[in-house]
Amino acid sequence: MDNSITTQTITFKVFRFNQETDYLPYYNTIEMEVTSEEVVLDILNRIKWEHDGSFSYRRSCRHGICGACAIKVNGKGVLACKERMNDMIELFGKELTLEPLSTKRAIKDMIIDKEDFWVKHEEVEPFLISHVDEHPEDEHIVTPQEAEALLDSDLCIQCGLCHYSCPVVEINEDYIGPAAFAKAFRFNADVRDEGVDKRIEVINAPGAGVWDCVKCFECAEVCPKEVNPIEKITKLHNQVFERGDALNNVATRHAVGFAHSIKKHGLLDEGELVRYSEGNIGVIKHVPVALKMFKKGKIVLPWNMPKSDKLDEIQKLVKSSSTVKF
Amino acid sequence: MGKLQYALFTGCTAKESTPEQLMSTYAVAKKLDIEIIELTEASCCGASHLQDYDDFLSLVLNARNIAYAEKHNMTMITICNTCQLNTAMTKHRLDSDAELKARVNKKLAEVNPDLQYKGTSEIKHFLYAIIDDFGLDKLKSLVTTPLSQFNIAPFYGCHNLRPSELQAGDNPYVPTSLDDLIIACGGANVEYEEKNKCCGFHVELQAPHTAAVLTGNALMGAIDQNADWMVTPCPLCHLKLDTQADHAGKAVGRELEIPVLHMQQMVGLALGCSKEELGLKHHVTDVNFV
Ligand code: SF4
Ligand code: SF4
Ligand code: SF4
Ligand code: FES
Repeated sequence: MDNSITTQTITFKVFRFNQETDYLPYYNTIEMEVTSEEVVLDILNRIKWEHDGSFSYRRSCRHGICGACAIKVNGKGVLACKERMNDMIELFGKELTLEPLSTKRAIKDMIIDKEDFWVKHEEVEPFLISHVDEHPEDEHIVTPQEAEALLDSDLCIQCGLCHYSCPVVEINEDYIGPAAFAKAFRFNADVRDEGVDKRIEVINAPGAGVWDCVKCFECAEVCPKEVNPIEKITKLHNQVFERGDALNNVATRHAVGFAHSIKKHGLLDEGELVRYSEGNIGVIKHVPVALKMFKKGKIVLPWNMPKSDKLDEIQKLVKSSSTVKF
Repeated sequence: MGKLQYALFTGCTAKESTPEQLMSTYAVAKKLDIEIIELTEASCCGASHLQDYDDFLSLVLNARNIAYAEKHNMTMITICNTCQLNTAMTKHRLDSDAELKARVNKKLAEVNPDLQYKGTSEIKHFLYAIIDDFGLDKLKSLVTTPLSQFNIAPFYGCHNLRPSELQAGDNPYVPTSLDDLIIACGGANVEYEEKNKCCGFHVELQAPHTAAVLTGNALMGAIDQNADWMVTPCPLCHLKLDTQADHAGKAVGRELEIPVLHMQQMVGLALGCSKEELGLKHHVTDVNFV
């Protein structure tokens, strides 16, 4: 292996803002020699030490554990202390933009106000709820299998990378967000926990809960700890149905409608899915678009609905393999 | 190289609201001399919603679809990002969990003793079949109508990029495949921020505002970078960008109108297919430049 240290000249565009003195943010352009051994945090340090002592950012552990150093490089969320500069250069080239996780929440330079993250976190009761016997006769043992059921959701370091990469968080301020959902799953999946009812109520709420996730997988992609929040969100959906807690609304019917359609045609009946999900009155708002689509030959009428070959196989499978009821 | 052959999983959309997508798939395959066997037995993949309701049922149905491709001993191609991801996720889970695979296969055997998920077929989006198997250089040599007068904005779609470990190799932060395809067709690829972002399709019913803003951002991004039209490999993204432009425009406070083509239609145009073959009349936002 070639261990020699190489050096490249990189141009950084660095986001600068001071809530107390600046009306608008601006960018500093700084050129630096970057060696192949450096990580993004080394660059933040050098900006402060070599260029401007007032440059501000958070860091603490320098070992990918505290979650403080999360920022964005060319829009990609990274833990500054873990991300190698060489990988960033390979990905984005020799001009790199350093920004805080969320520019609209910037307080000073890379430092953001993470309040919404912590508020959402608190909403899901992120702790073990259990009636503890203060004088137990035995240890309370969690088996390795039971611990595995957490699916690594306990590895979260609350860095906020997923939360501030989630497009729904950006648009809908009620949305609880991937990190808090992963946390809800983490405690729901804990055999010792007794707080599932409350958490399900929170994550099941229309407009704020799991039903508003657009399934973009940004959270899974960005997480430095491979927590895979979207996988946990799917599991929370499953918990809601399995416990019989699904509300009868457009979001739940949107999922259930697929099973109905597949049972009938093998394929999805698109029009019927919208009607079933929205109800006979709610569906009316879709009529204008449906008419435009109809004119362009984009709507299949019920009597022309295509069917899968060997539909009987599919129907038998829907019967034999269904595990939940709605 | 022998003739390329694939088992095509069409998905539901191509059979219903985006007929132009199926037509153009066949038109392009014919031009490229690719043989396609359609998996007419296949069911809906559940479109990332069925698994929220019933994960096991979703696995069984997707395993059945893949099993039919395996019967032909062929790579399965998909023409929808979400079909691709659901099928690839199923494959990944079954291939890495023998116990789960056995449970799924037991269900399949009950309805048809010949039906078994083995894990022998690869699954890839037609986009990557064209790029990786057919080859861009070869495609370029077949272009008869270069799209040289157009600025074309690629819209990749989430389920074509993320999670990257289940995808074909594009880096989700700097994807290039669709850009490369545009260039191979003679067009100019447009850089814009939303090209690898989400269109919001999957929450259109339960969170229409979120969905409309995401679509609006994508259309705006492309328009503001002077795109003449957009191109996408996903029929769901297509539905969103093509049929919902009005809603999206209202959500972001601006009129947004830009034609959106399917990846196959773009390739078909460059290869000299007629607009009838490519189903260009089936668009809500008119394709007015052909
Ligand atoms: S998958 Fe859902 S939670 Fe994760 S980033 Fe996308 S919208 Fe947010
Ligand atoms: S889930 Fe991952 S990305 Fe999100 S806060 Fe936890 S560690 Fe960070
Ligand atoms: S961009 Fe939209 S339709 Fe396409 S994969 Fe993402 S959410 Fe699905
Ligand atoms: S400094 Fe603690 S995670 Fe980076």
